[in-house]
Amino acid sequence: MNLVLTWLTDPTHWSGDDGVPHRILEHLTYSAVALVIAAIIAIPLGLYVGHTGRGKFLVVNIAGAARAIPSLGLLFIMVLALGPRLSGDAAFVVPCLVVLAVLAVPPILAGAYAGVEEVDAGARDAAKGMGMRDVQVLVKVELPCALPLIFSGLRSATLQVVATATIAATAGLGGLGRLLIDGLAVRDFGQMAAGAVLVAALALVVDLAFALVQRYAVSSGLTGRRAASRRSRPKASADSIPITIS
Amino acid sequence: MSWFIDHLPAVLSLTWRHVYLAGVPLVLGLLVAVPLGWLARRYRVLYPLLIAGTGLLYTIPSLALFILMPLFIGTKILDPVNVVLAMTIYTVALLVRTVADGLGAVPDSVNQAATAMGFGRVRRLFMVELPLAVPVISAGLRVAAVSNVSIVSVAAIIGVPQLGSLFTDGFRRNFMEPILVGVVACVLLALVFDLVIIAGTRLITPWQRTRRAA
Repeated sequence: MNLVLTWLTDPTHWSGDDGVPHRILEHLTYSAVALVIAAIIAIPLGLYVGHTGRGKFLVVNIAGAARAIPSLGLLFIMVLALGPRLSGDAAFVVPCLVVLAVLAVPPILAGAYAGVEEVDAGARDAAKGMGMRDVQVLVKVELPCALPLIFSGLRSATLQVVATATIAATAGLGGLGRLLIDGLAVRDFGQMAAGAVLVAALALVVDLAFALVQRYAVSSGLTGRRAASRRSRPKASADSIPITIS
Repeated sequence: MSWFIDHLPAVLSLTWRHVYLAGVPLVLGLLVAVPLGWLARRYRVLYPLLIAGTGLLYTIPSLALFILMPLFIGTKILDPVNVVLAMTIYTVALLVRTVADGLGAVPDSVNQAATAMGFGRVRRLFMVELPLAVPVISAGLRVAAVSNVSIVSVAAIIGVPQLGSLFTDGFRRNFMEPILVGVVACVLLALVFDLVIIAGTRLITPWQRTRRAA
């Protein structure tokens, strides 16, 4: 533990291009880019599959099978296959981002699909009965109801991406993984362990940030977060009736 | 294919190491998760604590956990025990919730009937609740098995040999074939783990088979 503290409290490790803040920024940038790309592909697709029921079999199985593919192997295959066709930093940044995005798609897809699929049929029927068009049912009813599962898909994709971005340092990508990989190369255990602590902390903070966003994005009608105050309301109005009469 | 044929014995020995590193944690994880899951179900206060706690463990990226293990248990960085323990932590993280939910899905009427028949709490747990929770627990175990096989390969980066070593060796030599062989072997191994768990589940839940046949 002392090694870690010594490394972390050394001010020279906190500035410059291989300093901790820059590495964290790199890690977050790569992860965010990959997640946004994956979400743009997977959320609409998942909503479509959940709404229409088409391709259900495919989505469920892709999500299951993707878990079996070792990310390290996929990463190296992509870098060896795409790398020679690209020049400069792009030779490893682009293949790494592709792999990160590819790994993020299945959990997001599964979450979006399952979210829409599990919407209460009564809510869907009520929306149709109110005269909503198909698109309105999807956007105004199914999407908000599916948010908890969409978020859980996004969160597991995020953990996957943050972890894989770490091991992508073996293929030359920047980010906190550099501390682990470079430390390993020179047998600097202090740096490796400090990097590992930082990566673990980053993963936790990102997940907590998602949890916080989820808290405010998901309708309180679904979470029951404000159920307590709502329950007390009828009682309050009942009390107020005699007052207005008198 | 020529590389694969020439190196078949080496690939097989790496496969066995992989089976050990991914399989032992499954058994250990299950043994730890069952009492924890039971506690989470028995004492409602503990449920959110245990679920959130194990959930936090799951957020730790695998490479970081492999490197941090020696700090906690005082082993050498290359010791396979680090990987076994780290994978056990992930397995427990996945299974505690499954066990708790599986036990929770046992109908109250069944538990009451068992109590009325004179089953004590321990005997009821082992002879009624756990067997009925097996299908749910086995679903969780399948997820854990498949992701364990995939995550273990990351340990090649810190130099613990298993199928992932084919990735690092191939990448270092700019040679695609070992990497492809490794990926295929990993996926096949995950499939085998999955099938073994399905077969085991069928074996110990005979009532599910008769219900399906009827």
